[in-house]
Amino acid sequence: MKTIFKVAALIAALVAGSAQAQYPNRPVQLIVPWGAGGGTDATARIIGALLEKELKQPFNVVNRTGGSGVVGHDAIARAPADGYTLGLITVEIAMMHHVGLTALKPTDYTPIGLMNADPSGINVRTDAPYKSVKDLLTAIKANPGKFKASGTGQGGIWHLAIAGLLKDQGIDPGALPWVPSQGAAPGLQDLVSGGVEVVPCSIPEARAMIDAGKVRPLAIMDANPPALYPKLPTLKAELGTDWQIAAWRVIAAPKGIPADVQKTLGAALKKVYDSSEYKEFMAKQGYGTVWADSDGAAKFMAAADANLGAALKAVGLAK
Amino acid sequence: MLHAYAQAFALVFDPYVLTVILCSALFGLFVGCIPGLTATMATALLVPITFFMPPVPAVAAIVTATAMAIFSGDIPGALLRIPGTPASAAYTDEAYAMTKKGQAEIALGAGLVFSAIGGLFGTAVMMTSAPALAEIALQFSDFEYFWMVVLGLAGAVFIGNSSVLKASISLLLGLLVACIGLDNPAGHPRFTFGNAELTGGVSLIPMMVGMFAVSEILRYMVHMEPPLKLATEHIGNVFKGMWRLLKKYPWPLVRGSVLGTIIGIQPGSGADMAAWMSYAMAKKFSKEPEKFGTGHVEGIVEAGAANNSALAGAWIPALVFGIPGDSITAIAIGVLYLKGMNPGPTLFINNPQNIYAIFLVFVLANLIMLPLGWLTIKLAKNVLRLSRDILMPTILLFCIVGSFAINNTVFGVALILVFGLLAFVLEENGFPVAPAILGVVLGQMMEENFIKSMIKSDGDPSLFFTRPIAMGLAISTFIILLWPVFGWAWRKLRTA
Repeated sequence: MKTIFKVAALIAALVAGSAQAQYPNRPVQLIVPWGAGGGTDATARIIGALLEKELKQPFNVVNRTGGSGVVGHDAIARAPADGYTLGLITVEIAMMHHVGLTALKPTDYTPIGLMNADPSGINVRTDAPYKSVKDLLTAIKANPGKFKASGTGQGGIWHLAIAGLLKDQGIDPGALPWVPSQGAAPGLQDLVSGGVEVVPCSIPEARAMIDAGKVRPLAIMDANPPALYPKLPTLKAELGTDWQIAAWRVIAAPKGIPADVQKTLGAALKKVYDSSEYKEFMAKQGYGTVWADSDGAAKFMAAADANLGAALKAVGLAK
Repeated sequence: MLHAYAQAFALVFDPYVLTVILCSALFGLFVGCIPGLTATMATALLVPITFFMPPVPAVAAIVTATAMAIFSGDIPGALLRIPGTPASAAYTDEAYAMTKKGQAEIALGAGLVFSAIGGLFGTAVMMTSAPALAEIALQFSDFEYFWMVVLGLAGAVFIGNSSVLKASISLLLGLLVACIGLDNPAGHPRFTFGNAELTGGVSLIPMMVGMFAVSEILRYMVHMEPPLKLATEHIGNVFKGMWRLLKKYPWPLVRGSVLGTIIGIQPGSGADMAAWMSYAMAKKFSKEPEKFGTGHVEGIVEAGAANNSALAGAWIPALVFGIPGDSITAIAIGVLYLKGMNPGPTLFINNPQNIYAIFLVFVLANLIMLPLGWLTIKLAKNVLRLSRDILMPTILLFCIVGSFAINNTVFGVALILVFGLLAFVLEENGFPVAPAILGVVLGQMMEENFIKSMIKSDGDPSLFFTRPIAMGLAISTFIILLWPVFGWAWRKLRTA
């Protein structure tokens, strides 16, 4: 009898010991707040596949869609804080609470690492008469309400990008009414069919239309021109303004995961970011890569949260 | 061009590529059969595997799996009244009624044969005129979409046999359900009661599974009748009588294929909308509309062809402009980029053998659908031999698993139970459930396109009638809507 107890105790100790020593010892869930097939989904799937290689456990990508991202972000924040549920949180987490859609803020997560950022471009039809972003803004200012813009839902990141720019240039954001759409692709289609005149969206989203000669980018809201179109001017060069905005993605865990788990994940994620597979995948799709570790990502999100909040208020979208 | 086709042949008829096509065909057949797993999900699951493949087999895997999944969604629909994918929902009731009458082999055979023909038609259109058609599709704006959706809804009221009043009430119920959530043009939460799950709205799959399958289980428990007796003890040769059907219904087949391709090309509407609209159209133009809903094969011929031709149609704008025609091509575009086959006109000029290889894969996928589909039906028919006392709980289990899997949340399971109960009460009182489901499919699109149009026209509704295509669609809609009134007035005049 005693031996049985001893053996049982030994097994228990071994199991407990190994569970603590080697996170992860079972599959990890990676929640994506957006649908299968989008940019966030694709990014999560490559990160998941590479983390699996690093940590030798399956990383299952799970799409929790709906509510413009609220449902998925909520699911990540509420998951058990044991490191077995992670998520790819997106720029919307720093926007939605300013608009009153959810109480969740970036501080409700433990960031593991910033993986990507895609700055907004400004696109018009190829046959549009404006040669530069300056021409376009002059035309908008001269005919308030005549031009329309589209590319995401009401109050989404690209809506804020263009409204913020107008405000920054002393033009009433209402001069360019927003037509809500399900994303950049339908917005671009609308641009080509003549339904709207301006689509602010990221470069990879507009790439096929630009290459097909249907759409012309005028400028990029970033410090440097994008790798795909090195000749595209920045707003700084065109207008002298510092207005920049980008959609970004951060791998995050629920708040309060064990410190050692966070460390393991952080180290693995850095390796993933540095891998040639990740770089190559992102470059092929045209996505921008940016890295920040846990602390860096927290600071980055806090700054973005403040900026986006101020911008939302300035253009009258915040409640 | 001939040289490029020769190269494309070499690319496709390679043992590795053929193996990939066969495996993904079996995978697609399996996924389509399971309620809750859609063709879109089959594609998403394939993406990580395609990472390791050369371009042609990667695209071939997606093309084949989705074509199979859309067809095999008909099988559980016909045998158990659970549509395997939303694209089969339009004619599930019809096919199930045929099974009850002992004509399961005709229902399934028509689904199989006409799916393949529809798919081949869509492929032929894609092969001959993809660039030109994509150019036209880009000219469609919200005004035209709005009318197309209204046309689809108008058709819904006439689906099935029950009274127009009851169908309209069911449709309004569906439209009301479509209002739930945050995904509306204003981005404002509606009917969410502060619940995060409800901000996502009611997803179509749990609702559909609940309304068709769970309600059927409830009905079985309440009435305890054995509805599937003797008549369906066996399923004969599914290809028997197909030639006769082909000769009898050439027009529905052509109409379904053409409409399916057109709807597929339009960005934002896919196989499910194609099936609904062509089913309604089949009834409208049929010589025997009174037989619809009682187990009549005509609607299955037309809608079965339509949903598979829509699949091919959706690839047209995806290949030419990188604009997805439906949710499947939205994923496929990502794979094309990854493989260096960037969508755009250059795809047709620089490396034509790759694009021709994709065309050939479409043809091949629709051809092997016939033997593989036949095999699947052979296996699936064993389901009918099972005792209902074993079958019904098993179906319920599948429903629960499927509705959980769609968003990995218990909320989906709650939804199937709520909608199962609702559908049971509705059907016991003579209300059809199909219009309610269509209301959810199209409700959001209708609102979105209406609001967008109004913003663009600065609140001026006249643009709905002054754009040429929009006006044509508007006139058709009003004719369909007012047809019963004309009929009534005509009868009054004659009797007076």
